Amino acid sequence: MDNRLVGDQGLVSNSTRVVVAPPRATTARRISSFLSNYAWARLTLLLSAPLAWLVLVYIVALAALLITALWSVDSFSGEITQSWNLDNIITVVTGSLYQAVTLRTIAIAALVTIVDIVIALPIAFYMAKVASPRAQRILVIAVLMPLWASYLVKAYAWRSVLAEGGLLDSISGGNSPGYGMPATIMTLAYLWLPYVILPIYAGLERVPNSLLEASSDLGASTGRTLRLVVLPMLWPAIIAGSIFSFSLSLGDYITVNIVGGTNQLLGNLVYTNVGAANNLPLAAAISLIPIAIMFVYLAAVRRTGALENL
Amino acid sequence: MHSTPIRRPAAFIGLALASVALLTACGTASPGGDGGDAAEELGETEGSVSILAWPGYVEDGTNDPAVDWVTPFEEATGCMVTSKTYGTSDEAFSLMKTGEYDVVAASGDASLRLVAGGDVAPVNTDLLENYDAIYDFLKMQSWNSVDGVSYGIPHGYGANLLMYNTDVFTTAPTSWDVVFDKSSEYAGKVTAYDSPIYIADAAVYLMAHNPDLGIENPYALDETQLAAAVDLLKTQRANVGEYWSDYLKEIQAFETGNSVVGTTWQVIQNSVTTGNTDVVLPEEGTTGWSDTWMIASEAKSPNCAYAWLDYIASPEANATATAYFGEAPSSDAACEFRDDCESYHAGDEEYASQIWYWSTPIAECLDGRTDVECTDYSAWTTAWSEIKG
Repeated sequence: MDNRLVGDQGLVSNSTRVVVAPPRATTARRISSFLSNYAWARLTLLLSAPLAWLVLVYIVALAALLITALWSVDSFSGEITQSWNLDNIITVVTGSLYQAVTLRTIAIAALVTIVDIVIALPIAFYMAKVASPRAQRILVIAVLMPLWASYLVKAYAWRSVLAEGGLLDSISGGNSPGYGMPATIMTLAYLWLPYVILPIYAGLERVPNSLLEASSDLGASTGRTLRLVVLPMLWPAIIAGSIFSFSLSLGDYITVNIVGGTNQLLGNLVYTNVGAANNLPLAAAISLIPIAIMFVYLAAVRRTGALENL
Repeated sequence: MHSTPIRRPAAFIGLALASVALLTACGTASPGGDGGDAAEELGETEGSVSILAWPGYVEDGTNDPAVDWVTPFEEATGCMVTSKTYGTSDEAFSLMKTGEYDVVAASGDASLRLVAGGDVAPVNTDLLENYDAIYDFLKMQSWNSVDGVSYGIPHGYGANLLMYNTDVFTTAPTSWDVVFDKSSEYAGKVTAYDSPIYIADAAVYLMAHNPDLGIENPYALDETQLAAAVDLLKTQRANVGEYWSDYLKEIQAFETGNSVVGTTWQVIQNSVTTGNTDVVLPEEGTTGWSDTWMIASEAKSPNCAYAWLDYIASPEANATATAYFGEAPSSDAACEFRDDCESYHAGDEEYASQIWYWSTPIAECLDGRTDVECTDYSAWTTAWSEIKG
């Protein structure tokens, strides 16, 4: 730095050395030098606002949820009584209704995730490794395009596709599954597909082509290359995609209302308890179930080491 | 940064708890009290009135410029209207607790709770010019009066009817059994209203078909009676294609043929465009709703509130508002301004007597029994979740 400065000056005049005057001690300079000397002050200033936001919006909201779950509701006046007890949690954990609905919700979320990954893998592979750069751009736009339309519009579109005499009926000759669990899985898988394709596509982009060539030069078949070279490198991306589709499905209650027939998921139970039943504490207790499931899921994912590669 | 590794989390938790406490303290409601006495006479209007109502009850042209019955009221009385809509009776109940509203339009499953909580005041109907013309069978009913004191004026009413697809039913059904005991004949094509209050529909059916249970009022069920209704609904569920709460969803389901039989509202039948549906009021009778305009006990503008009650009961305003919502008006005079009164059976006392209007199920039995405790609305909600499974 100093040498270049001197050299630059030298172009103008070889003989005179320019003495740089020390900067005037303005307030801004004093603050700036203070911050440059003290790393902790820099960090505090940088992070306190976003951290405060995170704490308020996220942690306090979660804490409020947990605390509300420990209260109860006076059945006639409809007011929350702030007496501490575990009744709601016990009801939710032991009630056969909640167990059945939890299992159904997990099953739907898992199936949606599997369907999404199975569809996303070939699409993402084609986008990342086969398509020309121009086709690649078009495909990325095509994958993102459904996100521009409202969630509700898409769910209602599936409602008419699945309806009697709808598109699916005319294609399959009257074998549309109708409204129910399969319809819910199809619709949710459609809704969350972009969120699964994009991370897998990004993960495949990071797999160097040279590795694929090396593998085939060394005599591995295509399947072997995919299994032993691509898949291990792609694993974190698949996990990332599965976190999106799994957690989004766990919390959904609108799609199942529109195409789910008589089925209800955890989100519906939360919704009826907040709305129709006016029982916020029980709703809070139910909403702890998906949170707990996600914690278990993330912990399991962490054990596989996939999160470290993200 | 590393100096206080232990104290920092403690401070965070402290802060978090403090803000939670602050938030919840704001939510603690003040205890309810007596609704006070009805007004003796009216004074000068205050210049403004705030109204809490179902969507479609207070339209000032902002949703649809052609739909506006608020502006004429404002011009006539000088009371500027601010309105808020609510989605469920429970929401209305908690919003009224804030004391910010002068007038509320409440259904039967909220009105009694508002009276009991002291949130609404008795209404002196002598002060309302248009009260006399209102159908007698709507006045002084269990959902708008307590101990002979009127707590509001009727707005409009409607019945939950049985809708069927005329391609499937060659003869019109006369009984609810097509959605209960005979529902397996239409497996996967039966529909039902998605709310705990639908348990009352099963109770109405049981009143006629299982008299041994001794149900006198479908909103006053003891535990055995509720269990019987729940069993009936669980059997029904196996044949239900889907439950509906959004009436547009039901219109579409009947148009496509996904649903062929189930509960409905008259406005849905009027909206189905395929023309292969019809409605009937089955022989067992049915459930329905009758909404009431009530005045807050601590209304800031009681005179404007009375002016609104009188205005909304006036024939033209009542006709416009009830026609827009899709229900029967509250007086014959209002029918002069509507051409569809017949399809809603407005003023047909015989028809209206077959309707059990929505009421909140409470522990103190509504049918007057004192030897048992009845199941309340929260028990119904739990039961409804279990029925849906």
